[in-house]
Amino acid sequence: MKLLPSWLREFVDVPADDQALARDLTRAGINIEGISCEREHTVFEAEITTNRPDAMNHYGVAREAAAIYDAELKALSAEAPPSSAAAGPGRVRIEIQDAEGCARYTARIIRGIRIGPSPEHIRRRLELLGSSSISNIVDASNYTLQEMGHPTHAFDLDRLAGGRILVRRARKGETLKTLDGVERKLEPEDVVIADAEKPVALAGIMGGSNSMITPETRNVLVESAWFDPAPVRRTARRLGMHTDASHRFERGADWGGTALACARVAKLIVETGGGELDGDEIDVVARQVGGATVKLWESEIRRILGGAITDPEVPRILQRLGFAVKVNLDESASYAVKVPTWRLDVEQQIDLIEELARIYGYDRFPDTLPSFAGAVVELPAAKADSVARSTLLALGYSETISMSFISAEAARQFSAAGLAVVQNPVNDEASAMRTSLVPGMLAMLERNLNRGNATARLFEMGHVFELIGDRTDERPMLCIGATGDAMPQSVHQPARPYSFFDLKGDIEALLGRFELGRVECELPDSSSPAGWLQPGRSARIVADGAALGQFGEVRPGALPELKMRQAVYVAELNLQRLYERGLRKIRFQEPSRYPAIERDFSFIFPPSVHFNEVRSAIDAVRIPELRGFAPIEIFRGGAITAGAYSLLLRATFQSNERTLRDQDVADWSVQITAALEKLGGTLRSQ
Amino acid sequence: MGSSFILIPSPCKGDTRVYSVPKLDDYSLPALDGLAGDLTSALKAESAAVRNEQEWKAFRDRWLSRKSGIVTQLNDLLKAAPKESKREVGQRVNQLRALIEEQVAAAGRQASAPGRAGDQLDITLPGIRRPLGAEHPIIRTMNEVVAVFKAMGYSVAEGPEIETDYFNFEALNFPPNHPARDTQDTLFIAGQERKPQRERLVLRTHTSPVQIRAMMASPPPLRIVCPGKVHRRDAADATHSPMFHQLECLAVDSNITFSDLKGTLDHMCKALFGSSVKTRFQPSFFPFTEPSAEVYVSCPFCGARGCRICKQSGWIELGGSGMVHPNVFEAVRGYGYDPAKISGFAFGMGIDRMAALRWDIHDIQLFFEGDVRFLEQFA
Ligand SMILES: [Zn+2]
Repeated sequence: MKLLPSWLREFVDVPADDQALARDLTRAGINIEGISCEREHTVFEAEITTNRPDAMNHYGVAREAAAIYDAELKALSAEAPPSSAAAGPGRVRIEIQDAEGCARYTARIIRGIRIGPSPEHIRRRLELLGSSSISNIVDASNYTLQEMGHPTHAFDLDRLAGGRILVRRARKGETLKTLDGVERKLEPEDVVIADAEKPVALAGIMGGSNSMITPETRNVLVESAWFDPAPVRRTARRLGMHTDASHRFERGADWGGTALACARVAKLIVETGGGELDGDEIDVVARQVGGATVKLWESEIRRILGGAITDPEVPRILQRLGFAVKVNLDESASYAVKVPTWRLDVEQQIDLIEELARIYGYDRFPDTLPSFAGAVVELPAAKADSVARSTLLALGYSETISMSFISAEAARQFSAAGLAVVQNPVNDEASAMRTSLVPGMLAMLERNLNRGNATARLFEMGHVFELIGDRTDERPMLCIGATGDAMPQSVHQPARPYSFFDLKGDIEALLGRFELGRVECELPDSSSPAGWLQPGRSARIVADGAALGQFGEVRPGALPELKMRQAVYVAELNLQRLYERGLRKIRFQEPSRYPAIERDFSFIFPPSVHFNEVRSAIDAVRIPELRGFAPIEIFRGGAITAGAYSLLLRATFQSNERTLRDQDVADWSVQITAALEKLGGTLRSQ
Repeated sequence: MGSSFILIPSPCKGDTRVYSVPKLDDYSLPALDGLAGDLTSALKAESAAVRNEQEWKAFRDRWLSRKSGIVTQLNDLLKAAPKESKREVGQRVNQLRALIEEQVAAAGRQASAPGRAGDQLDITLPGIRRPLGAEHPIIRTMNEVVAVFKAMGYSVAEGPEIETDYFNFEALNFPPNHPARDTQDTLFIAGQERKPQRERLVLRTHTSPVQIRAMMASPPPLRIVCPGKVHRRDAADATHSPMFHQLECLAVDSNITFSDLKGTLDHMCKALFGSSVKTRFQPSFFPFTEPSAEVYVSCPFCGARGCRICKQSGWIELGGSGMVHPNVFEAVRGYGYDPAKISGFAFGMGIDRMAALRWDIHDIQLFFEGDVRFLEQFA
């Protein structure tokens, strides 16, 4: 909101220029975000926090300035112009039927006014504050709102049927055309101002056009009421309305200020529109709001703020802000503090302590570091997370972060469980919480290819979400994506495209850092939703019987909206399952001092034999001195039967106790040969 | 079968183990395999050692020369083999000859490769670089702030990104229908209407719910730092994203004061931005802290003189903080948090904005696009 420092200075003698005033207000919590100069007037742009509706006007901010500078705050005059008619209540009956919705209703009646423009000084102020001048009657209300913050409303008295004002809940089926011209359907939760026949205003939000001020208006009723925040907020939200009045009532207006605001508006109307007050103020009180007494202990101030604020400063600061303070009243508290009706945000001791701290000045508190007696407890996954991340970075993958939202179709493609759908998504095309990191990864790979980045290696670690009944299942996942070259072309070597086995090797390196037993690659489960992977060029990772994830070449058209220009490889792993196994424990073994012996075996295998069976067969032989066993070369074609393949295997033997004898190696070679022959292999040299 | 290696004097390199085909008494398969293995190892070792044209010619002659090359020695071996072993020996000799020819050819290609002009490499050619992965700028910034807090004795805590209304709002002293909720631009999970309000699911709008979860998990004293993703209903543009990252810290003990909050955050800023920065605390409002403060750090980019990044103010807004509100402790009183006996402070900051300021990134969407040209700059 906008503020005019020149107006503030009418209420308090500020011993500082506008710049310094803005700075000092900001440091006390009245945030002046900008200072501008319009038509030779300084205008502050203030951002007032929601808890301080009392400071959303000039007098309220002047009160803050008075507290900051310890200067006198001038009183606002409540003197109404003399009433010509007979003394006694005006000739309108006011009744509050809904005490919950309306705690107080103060009104004044003015007769014989003339509608016209406001005088120059009112028009100029309203315009500087960004509120356009409408007519002397409407401006009186707006000017008072800027001045002291209490929303008021003026009705055309002659259009109020039966000369009555009734504050009640709306009846089912009632409607009201509000001042903005919109026909509103009312509900029984809405608090309305009604005359004898019909609603004439939405309480605390907007007046109705059936009772609005027109150029023909001669007699008016000025309303200054206190409406409860909850129903105002409920109705305003349901109807999608937000007005200056609702903004303040929702946050808590000043119950004690209704009469003053009413008198200020009436005075302005009579000054600018002529007319005469008819009778005295009509003030109907349904209940009292605010004005509670809060106990404040010296010890509590010290416990929260330390010893910076000394004893005599405490009542002084609070009194400057309008609190009434009784010192050392009795044994039960150091201070009894009566809260002014405009400070509904102050309910308990801590609220007073904040008042002390901010007026004293945050920057005057010393900086200290707390002593600490606790221990640092690492999250179980924190170390694992950092190991996984550093391994992938070392393998040449860059970390990415993609949006948590994906399309509902994609989310369904990757999960058979319930989706967590966002009710009010930012983008209707991405309304589901992701069930997999794969769609996001594919989109990022596609984006890179479309932008001419032909090689990309990425990974993302993040949560996926499912809704299972009433419960959400939120799991950390890892997604790895790659496309393009594993090694770029250079003068030293030709380019080598990234392949399935690059991805597999990197996954092996990653899994190798965790305490996993046997890790197997299996064909993807045909019933799983992994239809995004290319059959025959993809696999499921199973560690000790538990599925960890899947990886491979992505099937073209895996996501209909994505068009890849080249092969892309993606893996998705369940990090929770991986982390459950813990990081690999280091088990040190003395390196052998005896020489290792290598032996190569060349076998021809039928196509049905996979390498993992070869490995299992060798493992089953159980030769403790067999330290390594690796496939070195594979040949197909040539003299080899179609489909079959020749596999060159290299075994490394070594003992920690002795130099191996040729006979040992010869014996083991025979055992290995026998095991592989049993598997269907043929030793090539035979 | 003895050792396959004999020691011969070499004129230029001193004593070197040079391979020659041994005489065989035993023509069994293991013996033949052993011989083939030794020969292959020696061949590969010599081939790899070839550095230039001249060395390659010597290498080629040693293995292929008709007079005394290894291939000729292999043929001699075949001739010497007993009749019943001729077939196996012959097959192996053929395989080995093919391998020798292949290796000699490969070494020849290597010897004439670019960068090899005689003995001299063109050392100005680019090296063979393995790609390094780049840490994401947001993760990197987050880790740096976490490290500062860890050094002060804070433990890392985490919580879910889909939260209940209770943890995201109610326990943090945002009563239902409170206007302060409006400032949070909450994204709601659909289909929650039938549940009581406190059980309804929302995307957490801040990392502060982790405060409640951490206090429920362990009694005071407590010092935690919680980095994580948060979501708000903000359309994506250069300065907004519906998903972003926050980092929260919470310290609770029997003796924590507002000065400790100031001192801790001042220390954090000096650790992150250098010892010359200053901090400023400005009153603010957050339902879950009181007194509440916005934290500002003097602009480290211009030394607080005023620049584009700090919008000429000399100050950069870092985040929100405050003393934990007694109503928050009230929500976890049953877990050992009596608001009359303990006190604490909390601080929260946006990581994405900090990273954007730090590297002068004008469009925060770049963080979430996965473009390698962006990411690889942070390697
Ligand atoms: Zn700067």
